[in-house]
Amino acid sequence: MATTSRPTGQQRAFAERTGRSLGRRRVTNAVMLGIMYVAAFAATLPLVFILVHLAREGASSLDLAFFTRMPKPVGETGGGMANAITGTLILIAIAAAIGLPIGIGAGLHLAEQRGTRLANAVRFLSDVLNGLPSIVMGIFAWQVLVRPIGHFSALAGGIALGVMMIPLVTRTTEEMIRLVPTSLREAALALGYARWRTSLSIVLRTALPGIVTGALVAVARIAGETAPLIFTAFGNQFWSTALDQPMAALPLQIYSYATSPFDDWHRLAWAGALVLIALVLIISLVARFATRSRFTAGHD
Amino acid sequence: MGSTSIEGASSADRWYRIITTACALSIPLLLGFIALQVFVGAWPAFEKFGLSFLTGSTWDVGAGEFGAAPMIYGTVVSSVLALVLATPLALGVAIFLSEFAPPWLRQPVAFLVDLLAAIPSVVYGLWGIFVLLPVLREDVMPFLATTLGLGNTPLFSGPAYGNSMLAASVILAIMILPYISAVAREVLMAVPRAQREAALALGATRWEMIRDAVVPYARSGIIGGIILGLGRALGETMAVTMLIGNRAELSASLFAPGYTLASVIANEFAEASTEFHTAALMACGAVLLVVTLMVNMIARWLVGRVAREGR
Amino acid sequence: MTSLIMPPAPPVAPPPADAPESASVAPAVRVAVRQLDAYYGANRTVRGVSLDFLDAQVTAIIGPSGCGKSTLLRCLNRMHETIIGARTEGEVMLDGDDIYARGVNPIEVRRRIGMVFQRPTPFPTMSIRDNVAAGFQSLGRRAPDRRTIDEIVEKSLVQAALWNEVKDRLRESATGLSGGQQQRLCIARALATSPRVLLLDEPTASLDPISTQKVEELLYELRGSVTVVIVTHNMQQAARVSDRTAFMLMGDLVEVSPTRKLFTAPEDSRTEAYITGRFG
Repeated sequence: MATTSRPTGQQRAFAERTGRSLGRRRVTNAVMLGIMYVAAFAATLPLVFILVHLAREGASSLDLAFFTRMPKPVGETGGGMANAITGTLILIAIAAAIGLPIGIGAGLHLAEQRGTRLANAVRFLSDVLNGLPSIVMGIFAWQVLVRPIGHFSALAGGIALGVMMIPLVTRTTEEMIRLVPTSLREAALALGYARWRTSLSIVLRTALPGIVTGALVAVARIAGETAPLIFTAFGNQFWSTALDQPMAALPLQIYSYATSPFDDWHRLAWAGALVLIALVLIISLVARFATRSRFTAGHD
Repeated sequence: MGSTSIEGASSADRWYRIITTACALSIPLLLGFIALQVFVGAWPAFEKFGLSFLTGSTWDVGAGEFGAAPMIYGTVVSSVLALVLATPLALGVAIFLSEFAPPWLRQPVAFLVDLLAAIPSVVYGLWGIFVLLPVLREDVMPFLATTLGLGNTPLFSGPAYGNSMLAASVILAIMILPYISAVAREVLMAVPRAQREAALALGATRWEMIRDAVVPYARSGIIGGIILGLGRALGETMAVTMLIGNRAELSASLFAPGYTLASVIANEFAEASTEFHTAALMACGAVLLVVTLMVNMIARWLVGRVAREGR
Repeated sequence: MTSLIMPPAPPVAPPPADAPESASVAPAVRVAVRQLDAYYGANRTVRGVSLDFLDAQVTAIIGPSGCGKSTLLRCLNRMHETIIGARTEGEVMLDGDDIYARGVNPIEVRRRIGMVFQRPTPFPTMSIRDNVAAGFQSLGRRAPDRRTIDEIVEKSLVQAALWNEVKDRLRESATGLSGGQQQRLCIARALATSPRVLLLDEPTASLDPISTQKVEELLYELRGSVTVVIVTHNMQQAARVSDRTAFMLMGDLVEVSPTRKLFTAPEDSRTEAYITGRFG
């Protein structure tokens, strides 16, 4: 769609109608184009700044001890975040155990009961749930799971993250299943497959690469969540894998170290952030790669 | 005469249907349960302070006096300022990506902008504390106050601490930019080809086509995207908590520290020792819940309208 | 479960509503449709159709698009009702048993009646072999053993004239096949479970002429062993492959006759108008 180099009759007519010379309109066009380029450039700048700074500060503080050692008390240098890394992985596992099955089930329902009043309402409310601030999810989990029990627990944190995962998984599952041609479902039904078998072994299986991608994106998103954990999982300076006890998590540790007055802790916060970002980016890149291979495989 | 409307379902089919329906139903139920629990927890505060919880400007934990006006003010101001900063940039990126970008540039730029949304809030906070705050304190704030001579206006008065409403707004702007631009890009791409070609056939330049044919068509979707960004900004917690200064005072100056509903919860909840302190923080959560719920519903409705028309 | 599950059902023929012309020895009726109505919501797309499909013959259903021919076909194996808001009234007898009778499991009906669609529908997550054997997957413990299935797969692929093209890559994905090969694969998949009836819904609509010819030859081969019902908008195709042809218009069955007769001496003026190209 290249604009013609010489004014056509139509362009002249347009110019007369708008009452402006073609030259001026051309200049406006060029200026706006320039502004768009600058906007795109400016929007990517913060990311570059953040990543560069993170790599510089984080890499210099990152060593093997960071992954294998426990945090040291104030005043002692060194130490690592072995407990926080483990804690984050455990919290992700709890969240996935809740968010994946419910999200996939709900996504199947939305894709199969398309157009029913319930499906429309659930789709809308799932978007609304997705927009709830994560801190609200935190106080909800606290009210339901911490207050009655009387102490902080990893389970409460994992459940708060799991609830956040549900709408994310639901919507990608629905979208991916919609990409599966209806003819495939019909072919399975015509072969004498029961509905549930058609849905699970033909439709869901065909959509699986896309759903895996969506699940990974959801995991990447909750892996870095801090707000829902502050008063649920709470954090822990010691090694703990007990689900009914407070548990350390990478984002929590970064938060408390970043807001502390100690340089050595700041150093560890940067290292932690680098590990967290690496985790999130690796998951996102894997997800992206999975999406790409799905499209090259093709359906027809 | 046989008559049938539904497939005679086997019991496995029935169970499949029951399970998936239960999963779907869990979403509205969860939403309702969350709202109920937050309001139950907040009830003592609403009961004791009534409407003055929203209007009172004193938040004194020691004295047991809780008025959330400074937090509500801080939440609204930081979010709106973030929108003002982010929207032009986000729309610029969206239009660039959907209309102008050469194909080889489209993918990488879209990827980088999307990546902004993948960075955890706490990392933004960390970066904000050690990179953004010094820059604001040493360069931007003096520039605004002295060089531009805005120091006398209430908006830019007072000492430049660094930790401030301005810092929170800047970090929020960076964080919501990818959300707004993603939605805007989607609705712009949904504008039918014919709409563009009609404008070009009339002799419009590319920019005129965008301004007169594309953007008006996608307008309500773009506004929906902006409101969606607002919803994100209102509830964003960690980065704001780490940068806004956490002081419950009403101040007109953007250089002054402030507080938001989300950050007061993050900051004080784990240490709240009295029943009313906890309830007051829950009440902040309840206000946040209601506001973001409404904002999100409006946004989804607007975005959905474009998607429906586009089909 | 009803007698539909028992394989050797005697071909009982209730008196046909429209007696087939000039048939010295009347062939058995495999599928008998009686006063069938099909609805999408309030929309009645098939109106009181009564029609017999004779054993081991190819019957074509023709008519302008939207005439209800595909809907009628989908009623024959209870696929119509899988669409939300769709329902049927009337009887469809398969070897004398009403497939719409109370207690009949539609899954059993569909296992006995194969179906091939307009676009090829190989299952993309399955190999070529597993696609052909897909009909056995749902049988669970009742499924034949591996070796029997392998034999059936080969037999079905030979029957569908695809064996020579795919015998060396049975383990590969079915998505690598051409459109025509995919469609023949779907026919093999439908034949693998030895259905009594094979339904084809415009099976060549998305194929190139050479693939179309192969599928048509295949239908010709199937004559004599399977009852075939083919819906097509292509009158030449109906004339080439079918023994009998039914013409539908706006949900009504206008005429059903031996193919040669329908195309040379139609009884109804509307049929004549359609085959001479005056509408549709």
